[in-house]
Amino acid sequence: MTEIDRRSLLAALGAAATLATIASPLRAQDGPLKAAFVYIGPVGDFGWTYAHDQGRLMVDEHFGAAVQTTFVENVAEGPDAERIIRQLAQEGNKLIFTTSFGYMNPTVKVAKQFPDVFFEHATGYQRADNLAIYNARFYEGRAVIGTMAAMMSETGTAGYIASFPIPEVVMGINAFTLAAQKVNPEFKTQVVWVSTWYDPAKEADAARALMDQGADMITQHTDSPAALQAAEERGAFAFGQATDMSQFAPKAHLTAIVDNWGPYYVKRVQAVLDGTWEASDTWSGMAQDEVVMSPFRENVPAEVAAAAETIIAETKAGTYHIFTGPIYDQEGTLRVPEGEMMSDADLLSMDWYVQGVAS
Amino acid sequence: MTSVILVSMIMSIVGVSTPILLAALGELVAEKSGVLNLGVEGMMLIGAVSGFAVTYLTGSPWLGVIAAGACATLSALMFGYLTLSLTSNQVATGLALTIFGISLSSLVGESFVGLTVPSFGAVFPAGLSENPTLRLIFGHSPVVYFSLVMTWAVWHFLTNTRGGLILRAVGENDYSAHSIGYSVIAVRYAAVAFGGAMAGIAGSYYSMVLTPMWAEQLTAGRGWIALALVVFSVWRPVRLFFGAYLFGLVMTLELQSKAAGFNFAPPEFMAALPYLATVVVLALISMKKRGATAAPACLGRPFKPAT
Repeated sequence: MTEIDRRSLLAALGAAATLATIASPLRAQDGPLKAAFVYIGPVGDFGWTYAHDQGRLMVDEHFGAAVQTTFVENVAEGPDAERIIRQLAQEGNKLIFTTSFGYMNPTVKVAKQFPDVFFEHATGYQRADNLAIYNARFYEGRAVIGTMAAMMSETGTAGYIASFPIPEVVMGINAFTLAAQKVNPEFKTQVVWVSTWYDPAKEADAARALMDQGADMITQHTDSPAALQAAEERGAFAFGQATDMSQFAPKAHLTAIVDNWGPYYVKRVQAVLDGTWEASDTWSGMAQDEVVMSPFRENVPAEVAAAAETIIAETKAGTYHIFTGPIYDQEGTLRVPEGEMMSDADLLSMDWYVQGVAS
Repeated sequence: MTSVILVSMIMSIVGVSTPILLAALGELVAEKSGVLNLGVEGMMLIGAVSGFAVTYLTGSPWLGVIAAGACATLSALMFGYLTLSLTSNQVATGLALTIFGISLSSLVGESFVGLTVPSFGAVFPAGLSENPTLRLIFGHSPVVYFSLVMTWAVWHFLTNTRGGLILRAVGENDYSAHSIGYSVIAVRYAAVAFGGAMAGIAGSYYSMVLTPMWAEQLTAGRGWIALALVVFSVWRPVRLFFGAYLFGLVMTLELQSKAAGFNFAPPEFMAALPYLATVVVLALISMKKRGATAAPACLGRPFKPAT
């Protein structure tokens, strides 16, 4: 019997392992299309990530066995994200969705290294031959809730819990305030920056602080329903973010801006299956049903609901654009002349606030 | 600043500080006995989800809190078995417990997303607990009063009782304690179990009182703050109380000043301020005396008697 010493055993194991790893991609070419999703938060956040995952589930339902989806949640922006995106590409995923602004640089980097894999980055602005970007016109929803807030507020001040001063968040604050000022020209929006997308205890505390300072309408650009709960206990009104959050605050919750990613995801997966995928720049809104408002609750008075419905209808028809001049910034400078509409490019690089925003 | 805002601010401060104080007190006792349990965040989440689940299913928040403490104690005992009986590395096992707690709580909590639970009633009669100013003292949840009592109890236990002396002896010099005849492992098991129970109750505070709902990673990293507080308070319960409330104070001030529109620093710096302030203040206080040598001498070292 030959003596198996440790060295030869390790060499044999190493050779076997190398062969196994080389052999496996050869098998992975057939079979269902693999699509992967990278999430910034937990699927159970009932907000931003939950909405993306609902989109993924719609893909699963629509394509059945032809597509196999996976997701990785709670991926921190930065080097971790790069590692995970690269790993997903190496595992044979042909279409990878990265669902947070901060994944932009990691996605660009990995996209360069895997020219055969298609990447889709949400809310970013960098494209490549195999990297598409997509976004939703959340500001159309903000215009609706801004109108409702101004009509229902008794103090004329809204509290806005914001995460980071990126263009998407700034757009939301501005759209909200502009729409509110169409109803009440003296309307003020007080912004608190919490520097996080998800921290329920901090969001609740921020909501309480804003209500202490006189806000009676609370809205947010963070991902948990905690602020709504804080509004409920004080008798204020609030708006849900990304999904219908009414079960957390039945009396306070008026409506929510719902992100409806499903139709877009189904379209993109279909494009990969058909071979027609292109690195596009999609920015859809209410007209394409990517942004919908959750059903208005009973606490919304009839005339407020009617005003909101009018804006939704006009937005879908293309006759209502909230970013139409004249728009003045906080210093009083005229940024958008009368009658002119802000271009998409200007919106995507927005870093100034309109009058009435206390940031 | 009107008294209404002041009262609201103080209620906020208590809300932020209480769970950190509870978790840190438990960890302090565990560390005083020589066991470094880095799994506080995991145990808090296990407590949060089990407290929420039991309260939702039974309708009684008291059962929920007890369940939260019990489940977190079980997880702590699992940690204890690995590190004390099997003498595994405490740092690695503690981190594993954190990851385990985060994932287990997500798994269990999946079916509880989107629900809410009944709250504790007020401890004091409505005349006191709902009075606009007196509710500062009388209007808190029972968990808050529990945390105050436990601060005193832990301090009293460690300084004035024989049991506390044995615990400290085990943490300072385990071999000497063993040779005198005390069971080092048994004492450490008890300390770790206590740490687990306190972390579990602290976690349940998040899911049942502060934001009555379950969402993944509800504690958002507060367990790590509790861990850091134990070290920066030089393992002294009174200083720990002060540190926890300082953290709560600065965090509440940060949000209130932003809400009022006072922006004297970039918002990202303001967000870091509670952590910075707590670390700096506690470090300054502790520098004068023994400082780093105040750690229990056997902290993190496994105990393997020669026999």
